[in-house]
Amino acid sequence: MTGPLTWFKDIRDKYVHPSKLSKIGVLGMNERNISYISRYNPRHLYPLVDDKLKTKEIALEAGVKVPDLLGTVNEQHSVKDLIRILPADKGFCIKPANGSGGKGILVVTRQDESGYRKSNGQYATISDLERHASNILAGLFSLGGKADVVIIEDLIHFDDCFSGFSHEGVPDTRVIVFRGFPVMAMMRLSTRDSNGKANLHQGAVGVGLDIGDGHALRAVQFDKPVLLHPDTGVNLMALKIPHWEELLHLAVSCYEMSGLGYLGTDIVLDRFQGPMLLELNARPGLTIQIANGRGLLPRLQHIERLGKKQRMKPADRVAYAIEHFAAR
Amino acid sequence: MASRTPFYVLVGLLLIAGIGLSLHRHMALDIPWLPGETRQTWSIEAKVDFEAEGEEVIASLAIPGTQPGFTQLNQQTASPGYGLAYEERANGKRVEWSIRQASGNQSLYYKVDMLVDPYAIPSESIQPPEIKAILEKEPYATAAQQLLEGATARSASPYTLARELIVEFNNQKQTAELLAQVKPRTAWLVQLLHQSGIPARQVHALELEDGRRRQALIDYLQVFDGEDYALFNPQTGKQGQPENLMLWQYNSGPVLEVIGGTNSSVTFSMIEQEQPFGVALNQKFADNELLNFSLYDLPIEEQALFKNILLIPVGVLMVVLMRILIGIKTSGTFMPVLIALAFIQTSLTTGLVGFLLIVGAGLIIRSYLSHLNLLLVARISAVIIMVIGMIAMFSIIAYKIGLTEGMKITFFPMIILAWTIERMSILWEEEGAKQVLVQGGGSLAVAVIAYLVMNNELVRHLTFNFLGIQLILMAITLMAGSYTGYRLLELKRFKPLTEIDKS
Repeated sequence: MTGPLTWFKDIRDKYVHPSKLSKIGVLGMNERNISYISRYNPRHLYPLVDDKLKTKEIALEAGVKVPDLLGTVNEQHSVKDLIRILPADKGFCIKPANGSGGKGILVVTRQDESGYRKSNGQYATISDLERHASNILAGLFSLGGKADVVIIEDLIHFDDCFSGFSHEGVPDTRVIVFRGFPVMAMMRLSTRDSNGKANLHQGAVGVGLDIGDGHALRAVQFDKPVLLHPDTGVNLMALKIPHWEELLHLAVSCYEMSGLGYLGTDIVLDRFQGPMLLELNARPGLTIQIANGRGLLPRLQHIERLGKKQRMKPADRVAYAIEHFAAR
Repeated sequence: MASRTPFYVLVGLLLIAGIGLSLHRHMALDIPWLPGETRQTWSIEAKVDFEAEGEEVIASLAIPGTQPGFTQLNQQTASPGYGLAYEERANGKRVEWSIRQASGNQSLYYKVDMLVDPYAIPSESIQPPEIKAILEKEPYATAAQQLLEGATARSASPYTLARELIVEFNNQKQTAELLAQVKPRTAWLVQLLHQSGIPARQVHALELEDGRRRQALIDYLQVFDGEDYALFNPQTGKQGQPENLMLWQYNSGPVLEVIGGTNSSVTFSMIEQEQPFGVALNQKFADNELLNFSLYDLPIEEQALFKNILLIPVGVLMVVLMRILIGIKTSGTFMPVLIALAFIQTSLTTGLVGFLLIVGAGLIIRSYLSHLNLLLVARISAVIIMVIGMIAMFSIIAYKIGLTEGMKITFFPMIILAWTIERMSILWEEEGAKQVLVQGGGSLAVAVIAYLVMNNELVRHLTFNFLGIQLILMAITLMAGSYTGYRLLELKRFKPLTEIDKS
């Protein structure tokens, strides 16, 4: 058969009937926006998470560990002072305070005689870094092109247990925290496709993690299931996050700290300091469902059914989530 | 969560108001649902002939106005050397020609276009005439009285009396002939009705038939019953206004008055025309102070402007649906609508070629600009200047090689193009050419779809003529804004999730 019939069959192969998605409780973009983000995330709290400087501030107040701030550049004329802010002999990270979706983050892993070695292996000169800083200041990476601030942060020394799992760059753990409960988690591993970035839509691998103990459930790249890391060939299913409960405690404490009911927390494991908060996201993406192989809705509705009255302590919420949302 | 009821009530009200307004315009103003419908109009020419006596001449002709069934559109006269005035007198509208000196045969022309319009709103209400009693000489008085008594006995109301009187005239042939010696039948009918206390008058009507020339006016009897009136054919007694009958003179008074001339006469010729309803409506509303809120009240130039402005909600709705229901990514939320508006000016092919040409060339030049290490505002400004330069250059090249189509490139919104180039260029640097193609292609696809919908003849017709449609669009947008279902592309994206259970 050719013609319309094959075409129709093709469509049926590529698309799935919506009832099947709602049966397993997949959260769609529209429902996320209306029923969760706009309902549980008050507008006035957005600046706390959109501005990474403010996030850092409230995190320090709340005693949440964050990468050390080395300095900031607030105005165009102080860009030439950048060289004095940058550490002389080690790696660092330049990022916009109001960047979105990982835009504008420049990681320098180390410095040698050839200059600043970026995470993708290329070298940059100080004038490249200054140009990047002026771009950030002019609002190139911020939402709506608003004027922005440059943040220079200490590099994260990521845990050795992840070697081989990530091509370049820092693997981070995304935990969705809904009304203070960790409901779903995944690890994002950068690949050659993603240029060392941990953004899934750019080609990073997402590994769904069991809320119970932090071991890998499933891995996807470009929304398609994978078993091995595309660059290093490591079996992704062998991934297990150390300090899992500590990490969940950190994620959960971000709820009290930010006041946002539907929150994406990005956490990295530092070799020396343990779990550290990298950034918060008030509009976390939906690919975490594909990485976990299950929909978010059943868990979100489970938490909603607990009602507004529950006053569990953070530790209790972690325990509750581990008990109810563990894979086994 | 707050109750959704007020929201649904609001959406419901918007829908009801929108549909109601549209229905009202359709029914009360006779605006068709479909474009391209035509309306019948009659061009009627009255020719006044007389012999001037070599002195001052004043000729005055009764002219029709908007009346039930017909809306007067434009009127004009041809009368070389004559002064001209349109007059509104107590006994109706008239056109008056005047000249200091004229001799010999004179021909004056008056032409009027009448729109066949079941919803015509008469410019002035038709008032019943005053009842005048006339004393008649014998034996006519007795004969007339006899007819009247017969008719009165068999009638119950003004209309039945009028009908029975005509029947009586037709039956009592001898009496009728006797009376006809004094004055015509219609005049007798009016007089007898007045005698019975019923206001009535003789009106002059024109039978409309395509291509007729040298037609004369026909007498009709207009009988009042309070505020209402009915027309009677004085010969047959048939009640009612035939469809092709237009009243020319429906106020008491002469049709034609000529001072300073003899042998005067007026004849009529007429042709039927089909006019697009838009033209007809334009003329209908042109000199009419209707309370009806209508865009046809605006000057033509502003109307053309509004035609496009009222399309924007349709394009915006397309973007809303594409993003919420389908899930297409576009670069810049409403950029596709602006591009689609430009396509409307340029036509699709020219627009697409021009857009790709400018954005493509812009991306190449922009990649050089990014090496210059410029501040953002300055760089965008540079891109804008560059876009303007390119548009100028392409226009000149197109003109030189004889492609006038190419000139239309100037319709593109330049600032928007500059931003598009800037965004695409950053997207290219950060996420690679593939994302540029995905988002650029998505924007362009949405723009083309928005263009196809906005350029649709039916959509243009409906949005311009039915302002209620805007409320309906608003309601649909609100509903789309609370849609929590899956997007079409999510059905594809999340498909792997449904396949886990099987394996």
